[in-house]
Amino acid sequence: MTTLLTLAVLILVAIAIWQMTKMFEFSQLATSNNNAQVANDTDNKYNGYLMFGFLIFIYGITIFSFWKYSKVLLPESASEHGAEYDYLMFVSFVIIFIVQTLTQALLHYFSFKYRGEEGKKALFFADNDKLEAIWTIIPVIVLAGLILWGLYTWTNIMDINDEDDPMVIELYAQQFNWTARYAGEDNVLGGANVRMIDIDRANVLGLDESDVNGADDVIVKELHLPVGRKVNFEMRSQDVLHSAYMPHFRAQMNCVPGMITKFSFTPTKTTAEMRQNPDVVDKVKRTNAIRAKKAADGVENMDPWEFDYILLCNKICGTSHYNMQMKIIVETQEEYDAWMKSQQKFSQTVAAVQ
Amino acid sequence: MSAGQVQLDGHAEDHGHHHHKETFVTKYIFSTDHKMISKQYLITGLIMGFIGIAMSLLFRMQLAWPGQSFPIFEAVLGKWAPDGVMDADVYLALVTIHGTIMVFFVLTAGLSGTFSNLLIPLQIGARDMASGFLNMVSYWLFFLSAVIMVISLFVEAGPAAAGWTIYPPLSALPMAQPGSGMGMTLWLVSMAIFIASSLLGSLNYVVTVLNLRTKGMSMTRLPLTIWAFFVTAIVGIISFPVLLSAALLLIMDRSFGTSFFLSDIFIQGEVLHYQGGSPVLFEHLFWFLGHPEVYIVLLPALGITSEVMSTNARKPIFGYRAMVASILAIAFLSTIVWGHHMFISGMNPFLGSVFTFTTLLIAIPSAVKSFNYITTLWKGNLQMNPAMLFSIGLVSTFITGGLTGIILGDSTLDINVHDTYFVVAHFHLVMGISALYGLFAGVYHWFPKMFEGKMLNKNLGYVHFWVTAVCAYGVFFPMHFVGMAGVPRRYYENTAFPMFDELTNVQVLMTVFALIAGLAQLVFAANFIYSIFYGKKGPVNPWKSNTLEWTTPQEHFHGNWYGEIPHVHRWAYDYSKVRENGEYIIPGQDFVPQDVPLQEDEEELNH
Repeated sequence: MTTLLTLAVLILVAIAIWQMTKMFEFSQLATSNNNAQVANDTDNKYNGYLMFGFLIFIYGITIFSFWKYSKVLLPESASEHGAEYDYLMFVSFVIIFIVQTLTQALLHYFSFKYRGEEGKKALFFADNDKLEAIWTIIPVIVLAGLILWGLYTWTNIMDINDEDDPMVIELYAQQFNWTARYAGEDNVLGGANVRMIDIDRANVLGLDESDVNGADDVIVKELHLPVGRKVNFEMRSQDVLHSAYMPHFRAQMNCVPGMITKFSFTPTKTTAEMRQNPDVVDKVKRTNAIRAKKAADGVENMDPWEFDYILLCNKICGTSHYNMQMKIIVETQEEYDAWMKSQQKFSQTVAAVQ
Repeated sequence: MSAGQVQLDGHAEDHGHHHHKETFVTKYIFSTDHKMISKQYLITGLIMGFIGIAMSLLFRMQLAWPGQSFPIFEAVLGKWAPDGVMDADVYLALVTIHGTIMVFFVLTAGLSGTFSNLLIPLQIGARDMASGFLNMVSYWLFFLSAVIMVISLFVEAGPAAAGWTIYPPLSALPMAQPGSGMGMTLWLVSMAIFIASSLLGSLNYVVTVLNLRTKGMSMTRLPLTIWAFFVTAIVGIISFPVLLSAALLLIMDRSFGTSFFLSDIFIQGEVLHYQGGSPVLFEHLFWFLGHPEVYIVLLPALGITSEVMSTNARKPIFGYRAMVASILAIAFLSTIVWGHHMFISGMNPFLGSVFTFTTLLIAIPSAVKSFNYITTLWKGNLQMNPAMLFSIGLVSTFITGGLTGIILGDSTLDINVHDTYFVVAHFHLVMGISALYGLFAGVYHWFPKMFEGKMLNKNLGYVHFWVTAVCAYGVFFPMHFVGMAGVPRRYYENTAFPMFDELTNVQVLMTVFALIAGLAQLVFAANFIYSIFYGKKGPVNPWKSNTLEWTTPQEHFHGNWYGEIPHVHRWAYDYSKVRENGEYIIPGQDFVPQDVPLQEDEEELNH
């Protein structure tokens, strides 16, 4: 890494120096000529070649980035709709890369090929309806396909319904942490509003204590999800905008004070399964190597890392925005039931305070 | 055309009075001459650009080496970098002000303000703007707003830090963030004044283009620069007032207890009185300007590129009418795509579908423009002046950045890359870098027009371009991968998530490129300042260009042309036009300026 970096810097510096020397050379040559600062054939030639070099650079940095950084990308999706998402992303990228490779090649190759020479004649070519029709219609067709596919997927993802007996969970955002509220046995969340928050009575989410639906709600600081069960999230924020971003599930929705926003997905892989995923195993290995090295250098909080799903805040929300997170654990139904049994219901929490 | 005719006659009678005695104040400060105002815009914009870019270098250092102590932090940031370690609040402030300055002060006022002012009268054949006075007021309001924005950096609790989009409630509540106190008040005041300035300028541009064209300069003979400035001004007039209303409503929420954007808020142990407002409403109002703003920034750059590329390719721009149609289509569509910034804001998902549709449509005119640029190069005789290099560079970054827009404009795909570094990479390439290249292309190309014939040093220009071009890709290409790894933007540091640990070396790479790019801009700054004072005078028409501005004398005076304003007999792109026998129209000269009448048995090709 460092070597490549140094190399890049050296090349840049070399180009700079080469150009600088050329500059002084020319500035001495051309003091009498008032066309001195207009490109001449030598400039055209050098810059034409550099244009070609730049094309190679663009391809080079693309290949370098893919070779070097593909592994840092998110592992395969852990949700049902995520597979479709990843496929659409893949196809879009293939299209983008074909277009990128071709257009950059044409642009820079033409810049190189048709670099100016004294006395050369350019072609007076101002219009061609056929050509223009072609490159209007091709994008239209390709984009129409992408639009239709994207919209179909979008409608499916955003159709939040009660089919398949979804579990209802509230995600509650505040500066700078997350809280989750499970709807309990009745699977109905009790009514809530920030005006009913009563810290002294441990009612931190402002639940309506007179609402029977809320009595069995369970409020936790760690999100547990049973694998294969659809979850309908209802999101609230008590202060500023936040965004509930769960990258491994290809899921994100803003949390807006004053309204309830919704997102829904079905987790398909338990945390344990995901930890066995070869990409994840490699990533953990690489990361822990880095962490071990930092720990040896005396950096704090560099304990070895174990993969976990994570919920991040992804809407600027203030000083500690960069550290607003909650762990997500996807587990089997039995593990989930056992965990849920050990949690306190809202009615119990409130009773305990009194 | 009758209005233009009348104006022209009026000038023909009174052009003598333009040579009145000018004092230092009327010439350099409260000038009503569009050429001086354009220089004022440019220099103010470049100074703001210096501040904005310097800020980005500071926070890029923090991202690459999180939590490390740098003497430069302590020197520049003072109490916000105790022991040289950048504070989290000032990180957000730097990000916010960098965005604000670059988008509004550099790329709106510095780019559009400079070149609209310089080129509209010169290229349409007018002695000045329709209202020189309004033009002067417009600049001085811009200057005032820039001063207020800079002053806000020195406020006790820090400048605005809620992101350049200043979404409430974060921006509305001082208890949510220190920067949302006095800093945000000044930000809003500054922007309100900026909008007034922008509107005065835009109205002036529109009126001038419509009414003051010289004889023969029909709309279809306008250079594409003018089309771009004209349409940009219209988009600005339509969308900036909406931002003003958003800012005013936010001021009311902040200071007068209204609840336009706020509801149900519990912060620091107490419930606030706000009820019934919606932050999503603010997002709608903001992006109703915010998205067209992207094109307000970009269209002038594309206009400049069209002109520079055609001149330096010694070829007509390919598909003039398609280019005009694309500008119009982009301008129209730009006002109905704002919702693609809000797919996951909580607005109705059906709206998301609509905005996906309109957003992907805008790729079509953009594609047409790109292909037309490429075809313009084909079989040209490319004169590789620095302005030409920047124009080619613009097309390159416009394509690279534009293509990822297909991902972000698709509501489905946006879900997982929204607000990540993928977005940052996308918009920096497609509007940030591209528009900056447009600005540089314009400066290199029209520097002789601005500074009485003096030329910028071309070799320093080459160094400037190549280092910048390499570094721009070096910063923003790997950044896509950081975004697709799930790293959110506006994080002070990524160390709180072990899953991002292995991305630190990508951050280092990007920061090194950014620092080198920053140094390259110093080459430009040195060239610019040196050439203003000691630049060598070049020929009257150094780039052998067709447009009218090169028919004016090099020295500046109010009124542009000594005698009568030249009449226009052809479009601006008769480069390398030949007769049937293969001879140039004017023997020995590969260009035919717009003021040259049609020659014998020359056909005016109707493009």
